[in-house]
Amino acid sequence: MIYSKIRKVLGDFYLVFILIFLYAPIATLMILSFNASKSRNRWGGFTFDWYGELFKSATIMSAFRNTLVIAFLSALIATLIGTVAVIGINNMRKVPKTVVMAVNNIPMLNADIVTGISLMLGFIAFGISLGFKTILISHITFNIPYVILSVMPKLKQTERVTYEAALDLGATPIMAFFKVVFPDIFPGVISGFLLAFTMSLDDFIITHFTKGAGINTISTLVYSEVRRGIKPSLYALSTIIFATVLILLIVSNIAQNKIKKK
Amino acid sequence: MNKDLRKVLAFPYILWMIGFTIIPLSLIFIYGLTDRNGSFTLSNVLSIFAKDHFKALLLSIILSIVSTAICLVMAFPLALTLKSKKLNKGSLIVFIFILPMWMNFLLRTLAWLSLLEKNGIINTILNFLHLPSLNIINTPAAIILGMVYNYLPFMVLPIYNVLEKIDDNTINAARDLGANTMQTLTKVIIPLSIPGIVSGITMVFVPALTTFVISNILGGSKVLLIGNVIEQEFTKGSNWNLGSGLSLVMMIFILISMAFIAKYDKDGEGMSV
Amino acid sequence: MKRKFVSIMTLMSMLSVAVLSGCGKSDAGAKAGSAGELYVYNWGEYIDESVVEEFEKETGIKVVYDMFETNEEMYPVLEAGGVVYDVVCPSDYMIEKMIQNDMLAEIDFNNVPNIKNIDTKYMDMAKSFDPENKYAVPYTWGTVGILYNTSMVDDEITSWSDLWNPKYQGNILMQDSVRDAFMVGEKMLGYSMNTTDKAELEKVKEKLIEQKPLVQAYVIDQVRDKMIGGEAAIGVIYSGEMLYVQNEVANSGEDFELKYVIPKEGTNLWIDAWVIPKNAKNKENAEKWIDFLNRPEIAKKNFEYITYPTPNKAAFELLDKELQENTALFPTDDMLKNSEVFKYLGDEGDSLYNDLWKEVKGN
Repeated sequence: MIYSKIRKVLGDFYLVFILIFLYAPIATLMILSFNASKSRNRWGGFTFDWYGELFKSATIMSAFRNTLVIAFLSALIATLIGTVAVIGINNMRKVPKTVVMAVNNIPMLNADIVTGISLMLGFIAFGISLGFKTILISHITFNIPYVILSVMPKLKQTERVTYEAALDLGATPIMAFFKVVFPDIFPGVISGFLLAFTMSLDDFIITHFTKGAGINTISTLVYSEVRRGIKPSLYALSTIIFATVLILLIVSNIAQNKIKKK
Repeated sequence: MNKDLRKVLAFPYILWMIGFTIIPLSLIFIYGLTDRNGSFTLSNVLSIFAKDHFKALLLSIILSIVSTAICLVMAFPLALTLKSKKLNKGSLIVFIFILPMWMNFLLRTLAWLSLLEKNGIINTILNFLHLPSLNIINTPAAIILGMVYNYLPFMVLPIYNVLEKIDDNTINAARDLGANTMQTLTKVIIPLSIPGIVSGITMVFVPALTTFVISNILGGSKVLLIGNVIEQEFTKGSNWNLGSGLSLVMMIFILISMAFIAKYDKDGEGMSV
Repeated sequence: MKRKFVSIMTLMSMLSVAVLSGCGKSDAGAKAGSAGELYVYNWGEYIDESVVEEFEKETGIKVVYDMFETNEEMYPVLEAGGVVYDVVCPSDYMIEKMIQNDMLAEIDFNNVPNIKNIDTKYMDMAKSFDPENKYAVPYTWGTVGILYNTSMVDDEITSWSDLWNPKYQGNILMQDSVRDAFMVGEKMLGYSMNTTDKAELEKVKEKLIEQKPLVQAYVIDQVRDKMIGGEAAIGVIYSGEMLYVQNEVANSGEDFELKYVIPKEGTNLWIDAWVIPKNAKNKENAEKWIDFLNRPEIAKKNFEYITYPTPNKAAFELLDKELQENTALFPTDDMLKNSEVFKYLGDEGDSLYNDLWKEVKGN
């Protein structure tokens, strides 16, 4: 009895320790965003100035917009290509299927630096000038495998019989697909989309190699600022991003609890 | 007929993968196996054994092994504790632990720079308490810290996923049969979580091995990892052949980890989110 | 857990869609530039942004502005041609390399009448890398020197060898670019900074390896923030950064000063100049750009922002007397007697330096 109590206390203690480890850096960024002094080492009083500057800075706002546009478009296109592909792959014979799935694993397991470099070499070899579209293509490329891996298991779970039953009852294949199969795989499609969205938001390395002139995402902007001297408005931006995610999390948690109670 | 028609649906995907995965990767092979004049050579690949490159590779391997080990040691008890809390699946607590992942990777690393600097926040606090200051910025220790912080969630998630699937009855059965806590852990829980551990290890090891960002930011450009060497050959040294050759060597490590995953995590349990 | 993940991410992406649709509209108007575009590739923090805006407003040309950090980083980008720039601002030796590799277009000086404002002294200096003054228009020039914190350094700093003083262990900042780092060692040992003599370079390499344990970090632009924040005692810096860091320290209320010296062994005398790549798509706009930057009042405004010495005589004459007489910024010929301009050393020289630098870094 005492043992299990000690274990529980130790466990809680450990959780708190990890929490501090995880959140100390984030807290630091948040505090720095209110620091009137530009220096990271000195507290110059409390200010909201950096937030004002953030919304005025064309560089940061366009990087922010690029990040979101690329994340959204690449996730969307990857989901379309990926979902359609899963149906095709599922109907393949064993050998081609294994080959395709092996190729599918490459961008996921390959080191980002190798993927980034290979894409850059490819774009340059075919005379595609680096810019927004090359970042987008690259993000779609590393996103598709995540979509496939999310949708594939769901499609395997769907009963072929129901689909065939629908056909027997006179549905066209397309109708049967949308009425019978699609609802079953829908959760996989959505989680694939969201996974892709997150991956794209967080990517730096591949973007670093495939971005062109005058275009930045939040990641590449931070990287160049770190080497050049950071503007505190970036701290403000990260605080806003974090606060947004946190609020969404809490809201959705409350909403779900309410649904459960009903 | 119908089946063939449906196979067509995979064509856009297959074309995309050929155009943007297979062809670019074969370009790395072409660059890596030729010299500047385009004739075949192995010297780019073999230059991994050149003193500087080999040292950088060795250091990268050591740092990534150490940080993978630390991640594992930190993540396993964390996943166990989270499981023992018997949280319902979508508990807030679990999410609190994954939330930092959604801060941008570079912002997270940047935050550690502010914490660890000579006059940084940790040292300011230590000075205030009259404690000796912590001087790890621009050393391999800072890089390990950065790796652990950034890649820890990649270790926690797969292990937690696998642990979640272990039926409590299995554990209780072991207890009933007289196994003590330690035995339950080593004989039941750990063997059952191997798929999660293996995919966690590869998901931490590969990015840690090839990073150049963390070593640049937290290492003050004083520590040269193999990722830095490759990045510099492309962005500064303008020797793409050499950079590609070294990338080929990195791919060998990646192949090894793919093989590991294939062996221990057949159903992709750990990979699913 | 999965469901939770899904619900949060749904919310997030819905939010982002909302943001996108909001932003998309405002974007459309800004993009219209009737007079075409201009792709500029310049050093980071190397222009007053309002100058770019003024240029856009006056000419109607849309400027796409991009930045690099070292010459070595800029070159492969241009060479690869993944992005086509219209006007670039490299340094002396890199311009020489680009001329030799036939990457630059001759500038039509009929379109750049303001070239007359540039002091002939600097046009002559530019002949060291552009012998007929056909390709490059000087933008800034300066020296590389030592910046030190008076509260952390008691000695009088006069020589590069002060960067090897064990007293400052962990407080020294070196440049993270191969030619600048080697220049420090070469000048200290009394060699030319354009040497390709293997034995000499080996000795420089040994020296740099010997210095490494004392060095806090190899940095480029970060040297500014670190010196201002009192993170380091002594660092290698471009003369153009001096005014900025001194002002920042004065305004921050710290009780130290930052002093800049040109070491007695001589240093790197450099010129950054605008050039037009051969494959530029908007050459005339590039010439308009160069001409615009050489208007006296624009050059003065730009100088006041970036604080790098300007070769523009007309702008120099508009400056305060105090600035004109600041010899740290505008050194006398006597102070520069041991200094040199970087030369391009050829592919072999380049890779020799790169290999040795890698050895220093990897040690």
